[in-house]
Amino acid sequence: MIRIGSMAALEDIRKQLLQEQQTKQQENQVVVKVALATCGIASGARDILQFFSAELEKRNIEAAVLQTGCMGYCYAEPTVEVCRRGQEPVIFGYVDEKRADDIIENYIKKGVMVDGLIPKNFSTACHCEHEPQAVPEKSKQIRIALRNCGVIDPASIEDYILHDGYHALADVLNRMTPEEAIEEVIASGLKGRGGGGFLTGQKWKLTRQSQSAQKYVVCNADEGDPGAFMDRSILEGDPHSVIEAMAICAYCIGAGQGLVYIRAEYPLAIDRLLHAIGQAREAGLLGSHILGTDFHFDISLRYGAGAFVCGEETALIHSMEGHRGEPTVKPPFPSEAGYLGKPTNVNNVETFACIPLIFRLGAAWFNTIGTANSKGTKVFALAGKINKVGLVEVPMGTTLRDVIFDIGGGIQHDKQFKAVQTGGPSGGCLTAKHLDTPIDYENLTKAGSMMGSGGMIVMDEDDCMVSVAKYYLDFTVEESCGKCSPCRIGNKRLHEILEKITRGEGSMDDLNKLRNLAHVVKETSLCGLGQSSPNPVLSTMENFWEEYLEHVSDKKCRAGVCKAMMKYFILEEHCVGCMACARNCPVNAISGEKKMPHTIDQSICIKCGVCFEKCKFNAIEIR
Amino acid sequence: MSKYMVNLKINNIPVTVEEGTTILEAARKLNISIPTLCYHEDLSVAGNCRVCLVEVAGAKNLAASCAAPVSEGMEVNTNSKNVRTSRRHVVELLLSEHNADCTKCFKNGHCELQDLASEYRIGDHVFIDLVKPQDKVVDISSPSIQKDDSKCIRCQRCVRTCSELQSVSALAVCYKGDHQRISTFLSKPLHEVVCTNCGQCVNRCPTGALTERTYIEEVWDAINDPTKHVVVETAPAVRVALGEDLGIETGTRVTGKMVSALRHVGFDSVLDTDFTADLTILEEGNELLRRLKKALVEKDETVRLPMFTSCSPGWIKFIEHTYSDFLPHLSTCKSPQQMFGALAKTYYAQKKNINAKNMVVVSIMPCTAKKFESGRPEMRDSGYQDVDYVLTTRELAMMIKQAGIDFAKMEDTAYDSIMGDSTGAGVIFGNTGGVMEAALRTAYEVVTGREVPFANLNIVPVRGMEGVKEAKVMIKDVLPEWSFLEGVELSVAIAHGLANANKVVQAVRDGKASYHFIEIMGCPGGCIGGGGQPIPTNPEIRQKRADAIYAEDEGLPKRKSHDNPEVLHLYKEFLGEPLGHKSHDLLHTHYKARKRY
Repeated sequence: MIRIGSMAALEDIRKQLLQEQQTKQQENQVVVKVALATCGIASGARDILQFFSAELEKRNIEAAVLQTGCMGYCYAEPTVEVCRRGQEPVIFGYVDEKRADDIIENYIKKGVMVDGLIPKNFSTACHCEHEPQAVPEKSKQIRIALRNCGVIDPASIEDYILHDGYHALADVLNRMTPEEAIEEVIASGLKGRGGGGFLTGQKWKLTRQSQSAQKYVVCNADEGDPGAFMDRSILEGDPHSVIEAMAICAYCIGAGQGLVYIRAEYPLAIDRLLHAIGQAREAGLLGSHILGTDFHFDISLRYGAGAFVCGEETALIHSMEGHRGEPTVKPPFPSEAGYLGKPTNVNNVETFACIPLIFRLGAAWFNTIGTANSKGTKVFALAGKINKVGLVEVPMGTTLRDVIFDIGGGIQHDKQFKAVQTGGPSGGCLTAKHLDTPIDYENLTKAGSMMGSGGMIVMDEDDCMVSVAKYYLDFTVEESCGKCSPCRIGNKRLHEILEKITRGEGSMDDLNKLRNLAHVVKETSLCGLGQSSPNPVLSTMENFWEEYLEHVSDKKCRAGVCKAMMKYFILEEHCVGCMACARNCPVNAISGEKKMPHTIDQSICIKCGVCFEKCKFNAIEIR
Repeated sequence: MSKYMVNLKINNIPVTVEEGTTILEAARKLNISIPTLCYHEDLSVAGNCRVCLVEVAGAKNLAASCAAPVSEGMEVNTNSKNVRTSRRHVVELLLSEHNADCTKCFKNGHCELQDLASEYRIGDHVFIDLVKPQDKVVDISSPSIQKDDSKCIRCQRCVRTCSELQSVSALAVCYKGDHQRISTFLSKPLHEVVCTNCGQCVNRCPTGALTERTYIEEVWDAINDPTKHVVVETAPAVRVALGEDLGIETGTRVTGKMVSALRHVGFDSVLDTDFTADLTILEEGNELLRRLKKALVEKDETVRLPMFTSCSPGWIKFIEHTYSDFLPHLSTCKSPQQMFGALAKTYYAQKKNINAKNMVVVSIMPCTAKKFESGRPEMRDSGYQDVDYVLTTRELAMMIKQAGIDFAKMEDTAYDSIMGDSTGAGVIFGNTGGVMEAALRTAYEVVTGREVPFANLNIVPVRGMEGVKEAKVMIKDVLPEWSFLEGVELSVAIAHGLANANKVVQAVRDGKASYHFIEIMGCPGGCIGGGGQPIPTNPEIRQKRADAIYAEDEGLPKRKSHDNPEVLHLYKEFLGEPLGHKSHDLLHTHYKARKRY
């Protein structure tokens, strides 16, 4: 990549790239894009890419085989987009070599549709005039943060520039003062996507107002919520958008140095980001005199060891400084005294990823999407007992029902929907009665949960809500830094009470204690982690009170998860004495004569459930 | 610079304070007490214990008053139902993992957690899982400090003390969540790490997690053993602080009562470390003059200047670990405690006709590092361990209580002889700057034949609580034998607290500062703020003790070390001359480099 010395040069290059692309499109019979994000690679997408490259060449088909980021259909990995010359691209899922072969032979060669087609269910907000604005009529998804994921080659800065990349930066540097640019971000109504939901532009403004020769822009890529992977996907699929946004932010607040705090467990994201930073430096989009202006900015990486608490901005900053990742009391806020004591603006990956488009399409445009107080879209990572696990990006205000049942395809195995956990360990469990609640910051908080970073874990009738609360507490007990007493000790005590209840030893007094203590931890903890860690307990108590009662008074777990409260019995009238259960019981707890009803010795039974599975006569009952 | 003033209301009482003041400070101004555990005047704010929570109108959560700055129009309630309930729950939580064997605990009666629990009438039964003390091993590896994690509430005062005040960082936070604890490098035992044994952490620990290693029972055994002659020496700073632990007002001098009480306790002879403090001045003062002569006249390049004092064993261990290349800068003089021990089992034993084997030397120190010092292998020049047991001021107070002594009603009596006589110069060793002042009083007079040119012998520039102090003394009209010092401006520095010591050594090492003589005390304020002194400690308390030390000095008839008749006698009939052969054997020592890890 040659060094781009001005805004005009950037535009020239884009036009040149566009021409090249069009030429290639004429040459190539087909363009195949394989989603090579972590989700795809884990499912064998690298081999599929190899297969396409080798086989298309072998079979004499003029083709471009490219890598791209996650297309969002993680449930159907490996996923492949195939674009025949002059046609709309189509996406295939569950692509193994057999299906790849099928695709080549039938779809690519003959245009005959094959199995595994995934209907595109989103539209992409885009500024570039040459891209077809294929928006399916009923699309409930609009991709802003994910606009380039699964579209461009993340390793190619040319591809990013071709898709309007770095034009927002050029625009801001040429047309706007930092103050004007900040006003634009404020006007867009963009709020922090990492969990806090603080107005992004306001944060920039505060950092701009702090007087200091040295300031920092920090990108929080310490995605720690169990079940959340949108930040990883953005960095893997579109690293340049984060770099561009950080540069815009640096220009606005007056910073010369950017830092990305990223989990060391995200090797691919680190790789792609480092590669992208290198390209941006080479192109003069990072470094000194960016685009021929007097603006200087560069980015380096800091690796996190994956502590959940380091997602909290003060803890993150301490960790970057080489200190223990513990939060400190605010004020002072990072905007006054952050990294190395200098004013620092911390935003998360998804927040940054929205920025370039806000400048390209305008704050007013962004403002039209979403609800009264929550603007734009939000990326959710769908996980749990849902059919279509993956990434979705919906406008604020979309209902949970639309996300789970429409986009997410409903509950696996046609089971009954029970709850959805939003906001990770800091969020809460919402129930069927919340399904029609429009998702935005305010509504989720009102419902006892929170937006968090956008993890969405769906649960069905087989999930015990007391155990779910215990699971999340388990996580926070481990992940609390231990600095403040309520979080360190309180969560541990909450966990112990939940343990007691799931063992079938809980009392009504324990339920009171649980609720009281949960409120104390919430109200007295030092940082956001402790202040939200009791949410799973409080929300399950609120929404599934009868399950708690059953555990405590009836000693019963309706989902059959709490083993201590379960007993397996053989129904004499159904048992034919086939001995299948007795033969398979790993602890020899079942006895009985052949062709006579059997019995289970409760003192030996370990409740593994093998007898239940093996019995063909429905003679085993769980009580 | 005029500060912006902020108006707020606390419990409906209006108050106006400077911008940047915390709610806690503003409340204290109104005499409204808010409990604290992790907060300490000497340290940075951590805000982690969450017992100082208050309600701020309009705020989502309760605020930690130690950390929350006031703002205009703020309305604070320190005693709402929510505040009381939350506070109670937080203390209950702390107690739920606290090994509350209070009656056995050394901090019983001085424990801030215990006080809070009594105020709120809280037991440890509220939450189910009590701490299992057997899970947590008490670290008694150090001869000075005992660390019991089962009592730790993880307020991190010790961690902040060790890094902020002492720049040692022997204690640090390890692990996370429920497993979080305060530990050392690689969780090694305390005696294997950089800990200087200064005991400042002990002074600031709100519970019994950090205490001194106590030797009270061993001392009682010695006293009760009829075959032993037990002598006790008392350090200068003990007399101005002991009263605090025995119900007497802070800053009261209790020298005479203490001497009487020690006799009642049963010591065979009650003697004074001030005596060897005076002796130290004669040895160290002459050592400085000899170094100056070698450097200035003989141009001996092996002589290292500036010379550092060597009285403070915490400082000694610090420099051994941190600046081992600077060991030749240290005065070779033993500390007064160790000079005393070496002489007690030689000179005193001879004079009293006692077999040194049957002698037990006990020293009462404001210090925990002295316990380590007495056990150093270098400290056996009498042929025995020179000082057998070191007790802190706190331990002495406990012994006095155990002996059933009504301390306040004790008559004043004087120290025994020999080795009980002292001057004001010996007393001021207890304050930062005191060794320097005493040394100057003597050295100046030795060189010029005149008293130091300061009103009433009070060398004010070396006094006070500033972290690093500097002074210059012009030497003029010297006696003929000291002609090489004519017109020399003697440049000295004083630092107290190891963080300040660190700064000074670093400056000297970097060539940014040049001095002839530097006094270093390991603890803030010097020995009066020592790690073995009564708890609590804070700037106000230390100032009162320091004032008492100077008052004691002014009240004594003799105030220059070279005027101490017993010391002069000692040279005449035993040691010969300062830096002489016998002095070299008994009163001087050497140091060893230690690793940081």
